[in-house]
Amino acid sequence: MSAAYIMGAYEHPTRKAEGISVAQLHMQSAAGALADAGLTFDDVDGYFCAGDAPGLGPMSMLEYMNLDVHHFDSTDTGGSAYLVHVAHAAQAIASGKCSVALITLAGRPRAAGMKSAKMPLAPTPDTPFEAPYAPSVVEMYGMVAARHMYEFGTTSEQLAWIKVAASHHAQHNEHAMLRKVVTVEDVVNSPLVAAPLHRLDCCVVSDGGGALVMTSESVARSLARPLVKLRGAGEAVGHLNAGRVDLTTSAASVSGPRAFAEAGITPGDIKYASIYDSFTITVLVALEDLGFCEKGKGGAFVADGNLIAGEGKLPFNTDGGGLCNNHPANRGGMTKVIEAVRQLRGEAHSAVQVPNCDLALAHGTGGSLATRHGSATVILERL
Amino acid sequence: MDLSDLAQVNFDALPYWEAAAKGDLVVARCTSCNEAHHYPRAVCPFCRAETIAFEPASGTGEIYSLAVTRIPDKPLRVVAYVTLAEGPTMMTRIIDAPEDVAIGDPVRVDFEPHPEGLTVPVFRLDRN
Repeated sequence: MSAAYIMGAYEHPTRKAEGISVAQLHMQSAAGALADAGLTFDDVDGYFCAGDAPGLGPMSMLEYMNLDVHHFDSTDTGGSAYLVHVAHAAQAIASGKCSVALITLAGRPRAAGMKSAKMPLAPTPDTPFEAPYAPSVVEMYGMVAARHMYEFGTTSEQLAWIKVAASHHAQHNEHAMLRKVVTVEDVVNSPLVAAPLHRLDCCVVSDGGGALVMTSESVARSLARPLVKLRGAGEAVGHLNAGRVDLTTSAASVSGPRAFAEAGITPGDIKYASIYDSFTITVLVALEDLGFCEKGKGGAFVADGNLIAGEGKLPFNTDGGGLCNNHPANRGGMTKVIEAVRQLRGEAHSAVQVPNCDLALAHGTGGSLATRHGSATVILERL
Repeated sequence: MDLSDLAQVNFDALPYWEAAAKGDLVVARCTSCNEAHHYPRAVCPFCRAETIAFEPASGTGEIYSLAVTRIPDKPLRVVAYVTLAEGPTMMTRIIDAPEDVAIGDPVRVDFEPHPEGLTVPVFRLDRN
């Protein structure tokens, strides 16, 4: 398969989008990523978006941006969709369907007054069996955490280390919503929202957006930006298995190994990891399933600063992640890829830049780990 | 569309809701492969045969996982997954739960009217 490259990446700086429409946020993000790549809207021949984009599939946004493309994809797996789009864009580029693919995300749940993500009442066969119990998103991930604690002895203090690491990184990000460095005690002493999860186990609710531009090798080599190649990708859906429920293993156990196999490397080769962090437990389960540690050993793996850049073995979410920086549209997959690209280019903040970062992983968990979720893993290499 | 409407057009599981309205819990089981499943489908998710029968459940099970929300001066709110004696694990709530409600606790089914018209299975502790 011929290679595809991420040549443009842009994170919208706003965290509260008063007076800016979702469509405009998408287009401003697109403009930022295209400018970053050294390309224009006229160069775009492929477009990718998910459910945050207003309208049915890509049609409304293509009209709003007045784009004329001949390849599109609106696969929606919640917050992980944008990592799926990276993989699908690479496939489209490899098969000659397009040569400059634009991927956008945007939303403004904060300006719209949403305090936390709610489960929509969709006419799906599962809804009548879940909606009557009105599980909040925090309660659902709380059940994942409770089961992980029960099976493996994971502690609230170990989960707290994930937030601590994110906060260490966010202090250097001028756009981050939560820049204060917190301690394990701060996290476990913050109010219980849905036990065992505390307020500081949760991500922020923020507005904003992001965009990526992926190109063919020939376009990539014509541009002045560092070459960030998609080296491997995997995607999988996890669900309740018709009642044979396993809350402690996610579909990352499928998407991760597939991505590593395609890349021909192992978790030990990864210098930096962006791990979807809707909640601390989301990170813990993903790290185990991706193979960074054994199943059940995630608590010990994340403890004592092991995820902090410059201190630990696996620097993660050096922008502060969803836990401290940004979770635009309640979908954190886009920002995971963007920070991985920054690290590979050597453009992360100097305080958190991983030296010689040539191999990075980005992983998304969309939907809900406690019901059904889409996992997507990408492995990126700087040439 | 409210919850009752949603349940009414989800023809696969109508017997489940009709039983719940009478205070009975039923489990969907495939008569071809003998596997029970949840939520109920018209097609067996294991062997894909369209041979589903609804059988009375014992109404007993144990808590697989839970999330506990404490609001001052209100009963504990406990969202949970309960593993039924018949095998499948289902989302539910634990009602009248004590402070020390925990994974592994034995539970027994009860029913609550939902404001949108369904009668829904919930569980309460059954520690004897």
